[in-house]
Amino acid sequence: MSPLFPLPARLLHWLMAVLILAMLVIGVAMVGSLADYHTLVSAHRPLGILILCLALIRLAYRRRHPAPRLPADLPAWQRVTAHASHVALYALMIGLPLVGWAMLSAARYPIVLFGPLVLPPIMPASPVLYAALRGLHTVLAYGLAAIVLLHLAAALMHGLVRRDGVLASMTGWRQPAHPAPDAALRR
Amino acid sequence: MSLLDQITGGAGGLSPRAVILRLCAIGAVTAASASGFAYAGGWLSPGRLTPERMIDGFQEVNGVHPGFRRNHAKGLCVEGRFESSGAAAGLTRVRMLAPGVVLPITGRVALAVGTPDAADAAGTVRSLALRVRLADGEEWRTGMNSLPVFLVRTPEAFYEQILAGKPDPATGKPDPARMKAFFAAHPESVRAAALINARTITSGFADSTYASLNAYRFVAADGTETPVRWAMVPERAPVAQGAADAGRADPNYLFDDLEAELRRAPLRWRLVVTLGRPGDPTADATLPWPSDRKTVDAGTLVLTGTAAEGPGNCRDVNFDPLVLPDGIAPSDDPLLSARSAAYSQSFTRRAGEPKSPSPVKDPPVQGAAL
Ligand code: HEM
Ligand code: HEM
Repeated sequence: MSPLFPLPARLLHWLMAVLILAMLVIGVAMVGSLADYHTLVSAHRPLGILILCLALIRLAYRRRHPAPRLPADLPAWQRVTAHASHVALYALMIGLPLVGWAMLSAARYPIVLFGPLVLPPIMPASPVLYAALRGLHTVLAYGLAAIVLLHLAAALMHGLVRRDGVLASMTGWRQPAHPAPDAALRR
Repeated sequence: MSLLDQITGGAGGLSPRAVILRLCAIGAVTAASASGFAYAGGWLSPGRLTPERMIDGFQEVNGVHPGFRRNHAKGLCVEGRFESSGAAAGLTRVRMLAPGVVLPITGRVALAVGTPDAADAAGTVRSLALRVRLADGEEWRTGMNSLPVFLVRTPEAFYEQILAGKPDPATGKPDPARMKAFFAAHPESVRAAALINARTITSGFADSTYASLNAYRFVAADGTETPVRWAMVPERAPVAQGAADAGRADPNYLFDDLEAELRRAPLRWRLVVTLGRPGDPTADATLPWPSDRKTVDAGTLVLTGTAAEGPGNCRDVNFDPLVLPDGIAPSDDPLLSARSAAYSQSFTRRAGEPKSPSPVKDPPVQGAAL
């Protein structure tokens, strides 16, 4: 049976999973809605910045507490894909909010979080820069959505089909060891 | 080993049937999640009026003028200051309206036209947009029109109205039947049009009153909320547009007059805040509030100069009516969120387009000054 991720890592993971799914839904909903645009974009900014902060905390935590190793029988290409998708997820959890913040800076909007709390600009004012970053925000957001779906499918594959303890290492549910003959190889 | 075997990893002792079932379940969960995004994004309801379609509507009627606003396309930057009287300080906690506060202001006067090179005309709606930067990064932006009420109540009605004004390719003029059909479907717009047509058209930008039209809420330090509408009322007595002005040859005469005025002396407007009472319509900009509502003179706007639109000035600002400081909050007027969304879409499009100079020059190339 795989060891579990430490509890703080699991809590951060599931909190951020909910936030990121919510942000993707809020993002696509707000740009298509006249009626709810303001309410949604007012939630989008602070939640996005919250994701940025949590991602940085999580990255720092992960450096001190490495993830449990993947099962030894996992084919190399899946190992590489898993690793690459995790790197991409971290890069997007940090990069996407930064692009959001930067694009609003370039467009000279005040980056209001709530009440009188406003973030300072991190990019010089420039419409050209804004237009480029605004396009990038969309591309990265859709990229994140695609990787999240892949991540979801892979997690379910581990949990329902391979039943190798990888999903359990994040859910924290102890699965009974299944009777696969090579179970002894797994960690 | 086949790819499927590699993926399922021998499936931990599951029967082939169980593996297939579980694979299907995983596919279904993933597809359902993807559809969730599609649903949230409105891709499953293509008929809905979105910010994109709204701005497409402007482009359909006016054509695309790269780099220019999709509405209020013809404009001129202005600058000056705001001097708070403090009279509204009990109604809102925004520091800008505290006693004795003076803040620099930038803004834009414009005509509510979709083409930057339309000739100035007396009957065209004039606008004044302002941007005030407060301490700690907060801002107040407002866009006001020289109207007593707005013509439409909802963004959907606005869209219908723009398209009804689309010139018929055969005649080059809007089809009167379409406009008639629009008004037949919108009795609130018929009532608003009567008020709008009865307004006094003044001689120019300098003596026009610019109104927020949409309602907002002032939030006081103790959290008390007051529904408000505001207007910039010129200190100078307005002069009705004379017959002589109607035939002016200068296609930019309204802008050129303002430039000439501001070169001579600053112009002043009072920020008049009208306080709504319970029951006053806040979600319907076609309806005026009763004329006996209390007003507060919150301060004075002093415009001191103009500049042609160019890099880094008012050209590159989105006067989003929902960029508000703490102490001023939106009302339930559906136009407000729709404006914010549509202006963002217009701004995003024009920000990425190549720019060309505005036909409104500073100093003017034609007209009074030459
Ligand atoms: C993980 C964090 C984030 C996610 C997942 C996310 C996702 C999205 C998505 C899916 C869209 C719609 C894209 C489109 O269809 O064009 C969007 C738009 C937007 N996002 Fe984000 N975003 C994040 C962070 C941020 C942050 C931190 C800010 C600002 C501080 C921000 C500001 C915006 C704005 C202003 C828009 C577009 C509004 C408009 O065009 O009118 N986002 N975002
Ligand atoms: C749903 C209704 C409305 C739509 C779709 C709409 C659309 C637009 C658009 C697309 C722009 C150009 C924005 C930019 O690119 O920066 C604009 C500018 C403007 N609109 Fe509206 N508008 C609406 C209602 C109103 C109302 C009720 C007012 C009332 C005062 C108003 C006042 C202005 C002003 C003053 C500007 C010019 C701002 C500037 O000089 O940059 N609009 N409008």
